Amino acid sequence: MADLKTLVLGRKDAADLDREQELPHELMTVNMGPSHPAMHGTVRIVLTVDGERIVAGDVQPGYLHRCFEKEAEYATYTQIFPYTDRLNYVSPMINNVGYAMAVEKLLGLTGKIPRRAEYIRVIVSEISRITDHLTCVGASAMELGAFTPFLYLLKAREWLYTLLEEISGARLTHSYVRVGGVSKDIPDGWIPKLTARFVEIRHALVECEAMLNGNKIFRDRMAGVGVLSKADAIRWGQTGPIARACGLDYDVRKDHPYSIYPELEFDVPVGTTGDCFDRYLVRIEEIKQSLRLVEQCLAEVERGGADGPIMTDDPWVALPPKTDAYNTIESMIRHFKHIVDGIRVPAGEAYTFVEGGNGELGFFIVGDGTGRPYKCYCRSPSFVHLSTASTIMHGHLIADIVPIFGMINMIGGECDK
Amino acid sequence: MAQSVLDALKAKFGDAIERTESSHGDETAVVKAAKLVEIATFLRDDPKLAFDAPVFCTAIDLVHWQPVGPVLPGARPAYDGVSPRFEVCYQLRSTTFKRRIRLKIFVTEAKPTVASLTPLWPGFNWQERETFDMYGIRFEGHPDLRRIYLYEEFIGYPLRKDYPKEKRQPLVRRTDLVGDH
Amino acid sequence: MITTKLEDAANWGRKFSLFSYPFVTACCGMEFMSVAAPKYDIARFGAEFPRFSPRQSDLLMIVGTITEKQGPALKRVYDQMTEPKWVLAFGVCASTGGFYQNYHAMPGADQVIPVDVYVPGCPPRPEQVLDALILLQQRIQRGDGHSQLRLKREKIVMKQREAEE
Repeated sequence: MADLKTLVLGRKDAADLDREQELPHELMTVNMGPSHPAMHGTVRIVLTVDGERIVAGDVQPGYLHRCFEKEAEYATYTQIFPYTDRLNYVSPMINNVGYAMAVEKLLGLTGKIPRRAEYIRVIVSEISRITDHLTCVGASAMELGAFTPFLYLLKAREWLYTLLEEISGARLTHSYVRVGGVSKDIPDGWIPKLTARFVEIRHALVECEAMLNGNKIFRDRMAGVGVLSKADAIRWGQTGPIARACGLDYDVRKDHPYSIYPELEFDVPVGTTGDCFDRYLVRIEEIKQSLRLVEQCLAEVERGGADGPIMTDDPWVALPPKTDAYNTIESMIRHFKHIVDGIRVPAGEAYTFVEGGNGELGFFIVGDGTGRPYKCYCRSPSFVHLSTASTIMHGHLIADIVPIFGMINMIGGECDK
Repeated sequence: MAQSVLDALKAKFGDAIERTESSHGDETAVVKAAKLVEIATFLRDDPKLAFDAPVFCTAIDLVHWQPVGPVLPGARPAYDGVSPRFEVCYQLRSTTFKRRIRLKIFVTEAKPTVASLTPLWPGFNWQERETFDMYGIRFEGHPDLRRIYLYEEFIGYPLRKDYPKEKRQPLVRRTDLVGDH
Repeated sequence: MITTKLEDAANWGRKFSLFSYPFVTACCGMEFMSVAAPKYDIARFGAEFPRFSPRQSDLLMIVGTITEKQGPALKRVYDQMTEPKWVLAFGVCASTGGFYQNYHAMPGADQVIPVDVYVPGCPPRPEQVLDALILLQQRIQRGDGHSQLRLKREKIVMKQREAEE
């Protein structure tokens, strides 16, 4: 027995073990590779650890760099919509709306979009925000061992996917918004279905909160972990639920309102401690606020306050109606020019920002007078948030990376563009 | 909206501010590269300006810039082969005053170097690495300037206009495939 | 005769108890979560719980775009899996590159590893994925998967070598 101990612990004398002595230790490099079970896209973290404690972490993104900017330079303005869908693929409508608003700003159409289109844009954006937060909370809970909330929240997300599929044609990557409006109108019977589902979603949220909020294991793993101070959050450019959990009251919908948000009533949840548990609470509360926003919009639509066309009638921007395109030569040529050459956007540059699921999502577009942008840069919130990951992780255990990473909600498509 | 910011800058720095413009609700100031850090520090520390949050950092490659049709006020003239090729853009935000400002610095292809703003706002760390990765702009004073999206074996700067879109540089391919792939 | 019957029985067992390794990269990951969720249950087909280690799994599901930077990691994960193994390319990005034809997105994961079943769609509907899983199960039963054929070829080559000696 003494020989075994000597062999294993490198001691010459078994009596050494009885004395108070620190075991020799050195820093170890551990690789959390690009493919790892935390289902949050692909990121590589090269950790330098002292036992279980993280000393340094080198976060390496770029494993999903799909060259959004380069593709955008070769595609017409309408062809870029599918690329924007795949940026933040859990809340694709918000990306669509942000990009459409940037192009409209260059065209001078801000504020001239039909009222019905604005209402529909806000409704689908907020539904997308709900799916984003449901996925984030569900996946993070599953990674901490709570499998049931994952299934409940995914069931709720499935209902929303079916409804979004009815309005846009696709479950996930919708490409629904167009420059100047939206592409299809609300189908019949959609609004009552949506209202009925909201009741069920609220019930699912109640169940999920009952399982997680008071759960000692969940709280121990999330509370006090990954604290970011408010001053750091500002200097590092954090926005969205992470910044709000640190106490920074910044929401693009309230501070720089766009679309019809000035007419709607909602609250912005702001946290206090800046740890993972606060981020989780902020997200749950934001789901409830989004439900409130959509219900206000639906009430307005039902009341008839948002009747009208869903697309602007500016001929330089909108496709002609199909009856004209098939029957008159001028409309057919206009249709042809729009599809092949794209919407001609005057030379200039503009930066537009919306409140994405993760924070301030901005599009910086440089137009050069042709139908293809000269540069289309996407200011992605996940990229900025991930850059703080190594500072947040410092001093925590390896197991704490899971809630930190989950609550940062790094979406690979948005981070790596 | 933030015209007062541009006025304050012009009052303090004079001809280090080459041009200012205000279009689509955005204020832009073109500054001389040598004075960039001083101007940025002033923007951050002055209590009436308080630009404490970084928004984005990117660059524009002007080598194919030939605008067509009506040109909005503030748009740059067509590229003539002589003027600087790259335009580095920084956007800052003030949390207290809810204002934004864009700073632009022109750099040439022969010496694509700009002072880094990472020591002032750590949020620009990764964004400057991305601009280096995509355009080849070097940032002096950046703590860790290396590629971020692409791998180290990649040669070239892909978002420059002269890099072909489909030029792949594969790291690994199957050995049993025949032909060019 | 007995060997073939044994092989059939083994393939029957393999196809109904696939342990998948979801190599999730992009948007298709959301549809993968939907396929695993209660509505389009993949557990009905036996492929329920993802084994998050290549050593313990036999179905590599490449979910999402593979980029050049990711190539070596994908190859290593595939090499670490034990035979027999199957590969399902989930989504059009993993099959042919999708509409990303540029300097970083690999035009299909089969540039690096051999793929048994391709599922088109951006992202594919969960029903498409289940259909692809059934196709894969038929392929496993026939013994036609790339890795199964490779094993058979190696056995034949070894027998020939022994016969020569």
